[in-house]
Amino acid sequence: MASVTHSSARRSRFRISKRVLPYVLSLPALLVCIGILIPFFTAVIYSFQRYRLSQPWARQFNWGDNYLNFFTDPGFWNTLKISLLYAGVTVTLELLLGLGIALLLQRRSTVNNFISIMLLLPLMTAPALAALMWKLMTNPGFGILSYLASLIGLENFRWASSPDTALLTVVLVDIWVYTPFIMILLLAGLRSLPTQPFEAAALDGVPRSFVFFRITLPMLTPYILTATLFRLLDSIQQFDIIYAMTQGGPGDTLTVFQVEAYLNFFQSTNVGRSAALLIILWAITYILSNIFIKNWLRLRERARGEA
Amino acid sequence: METTSPVERLLRGVALTLVVVFFMFPIVWIFLMSFQTNETILRIPPSVVFSPTLENYAALITGKLQTASGTLDIAFMRNLGNSVLLSVASVAVALLLGVPAAYAFARHKFKGSEDIAFTLLSFRFAPPLLVLLPLTQYFQWLGLSNTYFGLIWIYQLICLPLILWIVRGYFEDISADVEYAYRIAGHSWFSTFRKIALPLAGPGIAAAGLLAFIFAWNNFVFALVLASADKQPVTVGALAFVTASGIQYGQIAAAIVLSITPTLALALYAQRYLVEGLSLGAVKG
Repeated sequence: MASVTHSSARRSRFRISKRVLPYVLSLPALLVCIGILIPFFTAVIYSFQRYRLSQPWARQFNWGDNYLNFFTDPGFWNTLKISLLYAGVTVTLELLLGLGIALLLQRRSTVNNFISIMLLLPLMTAPALAALMWKLMTNPGFGILSYLASLIGLENFRWASSPDTALLTVVLVDIWVYTPFIMILLLAGLRSLPTQPFEAAALDGVPRSFVFFRITLPMLTPYILTATLFRLLDSIQQFDIIYAMTQGGPGDTLTVFQVEAYLNFFQSTNVGRSAALLIILWAITYILSNIFIKNWLRLRERARGEA
Repeated sequence: METTSPVERLLRGVALTLVVVFFMFPIVWIFLMSFQTNETILRIPPSVVFSPTLENYAALITGKLQTASGTLDIAFMRNLGNSVLLSVASVAVALLLGVPAAYAFARHKFKGSEDIAFTLLSFRFAPPLLVLLPLTQYFQWLGLSNTYFGLIWIYQLICLPLILWIVRGYFEDISADVEYAYRIAGHSWFSTFRKIALPLAGPGIAAAGLLAFIFAWNNFVFALVLASADKQPVTVGALAFVTASGIQYGQIAAAIVLSITPTLALALYAQRYLVEGLSLGAVKG
C-alpha cells in the first residue's frame, strides 16, 4: 500500500515539475553567466565616458567622443590595421598549410594516424607558453633559430625585437599553435566525404587536379568555412601570444585590439578609450560569430543526416 | 590513389618530414634545453651533445634558485599547484552546472531555450577583456579580487559553454525512447536522468570535461588581469618567472616543460575525443 501512494505522489510531483523542470535545470548555469553580463553592460557605459583612473574626479559622460576621436586617432587605425593584418595573414597561411597537411594525411595508415596525433601537441600547448618557447628559440644570444638564420646569411636577425620582423615572429607562433586545429577539422571532413565520386573519377581517368578543384574542394567547402570563421574569431582577438612575446612592442608594432585595450587600461589608465576599443572588437566578433553559428548549425545538421 | 609513382611517394615523404620537424622541433628543443646548464645552452653553434642534468628541475621543485648574486626564492611550484586547483575546481563546477542544463536543452524544447543556448555559446566568442576589465572593479567591491572563488567563477566563461554544447550534442544523440520506457515503468525523471541518460552520455561528458580542463589550464588572460602572484597559474607565472630569473634559461625551459606536460599528456590520452570536442561537435569524424 505504502509503495502505491508513494509512486502516485511521485507522479503528481512530476506533473507539476514537467513545465518548470527545464528552467530549474538550466537556471544555475544561467545565473553564473548573468554575473558576466553585468560587466559587459558596464563596459558599454565606460565606453561612453571620459574616464581615466588617474583622474577619477574628471569622470563624466562624453557620449560618443571616445568613438568619434578614433577617426582622427592614428593609434586606432594602427590597431585596426595590425589586427586585421594579423588575423588575415595567420588564417590564410594556416588554412593553406592545414589543407595541405590534411591531404597528405588523408589515407588511413599507422604512420599517418601517428603523425596526426603528434600534431595535436602544439594545439594543446598554452599559447602564452608557446610564445615563451619561441622566445627562447629566437633569443639573439643562443636561440637555435637565430643561429639557423645566421647560417643562411641573415646575421643579426632580431625576430620579435625588431619592428620589421616582430609581426612575422608572432605569426609564426600562431601558425605553430593553430595550424593543427584547421588540419584536424579538414582531415575529419576529408575522411567523411562519400567515396563514389572519387571512384567514378578514377574509372574515367579524370586528371587529379580536376578531381581536387571540382570534387574535393567543393565538397569540403562547409568544413573550410567553419574552420576559417572559427579561427578568424580567435585570431582577431589574439592576446596571449602577442602579450607574452612582446607586450605589443616594439613601440606600437603589435598593438592589436586586446593588447592595446589592456595597455590603455593598466598603463595609460584610459578606461574610456580601452572600453570603446573592446566594444568595436566585440561588434566585429559578433557579426563573425553569427555567421559562424549559422554555418556551423547547417554543417551539424548535415553530419547528423548522413550519420 | 593506387597509381602513385616513386617520385610522388618521395615528395610526400619529404613534405611529411618537414611538417613533423616544424611542429615537433620546438617541444623537443625546449625539452632538451631543460636538462642543460647555461654553459651548454649558450654554446655556439648549438649542439645536442651534452651530459644531462636534473639541477633545473631540482631548483624549481625546492624553490631555491642559485644565481651569481645569491639565492633567489621562486614560487613556481605554487603556480603549478594553482593551475591544478583552478582547472580541476573549474571543470567540476562547470560539470555540475552544465550537464543538467545540457540535458534540459537537449530533451525539453522549452520557450526561449535556443536563445539561452545561443547566448551561452556567444560567450565563447566575446573578447575576454571586455568582461575582465570592468570585473576588476566589481571584484574589488565584492571582495573577490585575488580569490580562488572569484577566479573559478570567471573560469566558467571558458568551461561552461564548452561543456554545455558538447554534452548537449551527446544527449541529443541518445534516443529518447529508452528514457520514455523507463519513465513509463514508474521511475522519476531524476532516476531516469541518473540511471539512463548519464551513463549513456558518459563518454561525451568525460571528453567535454577533459577538453574543458585543457582550456582552463591553458588560459592566460583571466589570471593575468584578476590574480596576484600567489594565485597565478603557470601560464602567467612562467611569464613572470622569465622576467624575474632573467638569464637562467635552463630553469625557464624546465618550467615550461612542467607547465605543458599535463595538457600534452591528457591530449595524447584522450586524442580520439578531441576532434569532436574542438569543433564543438560540428564534425562527426
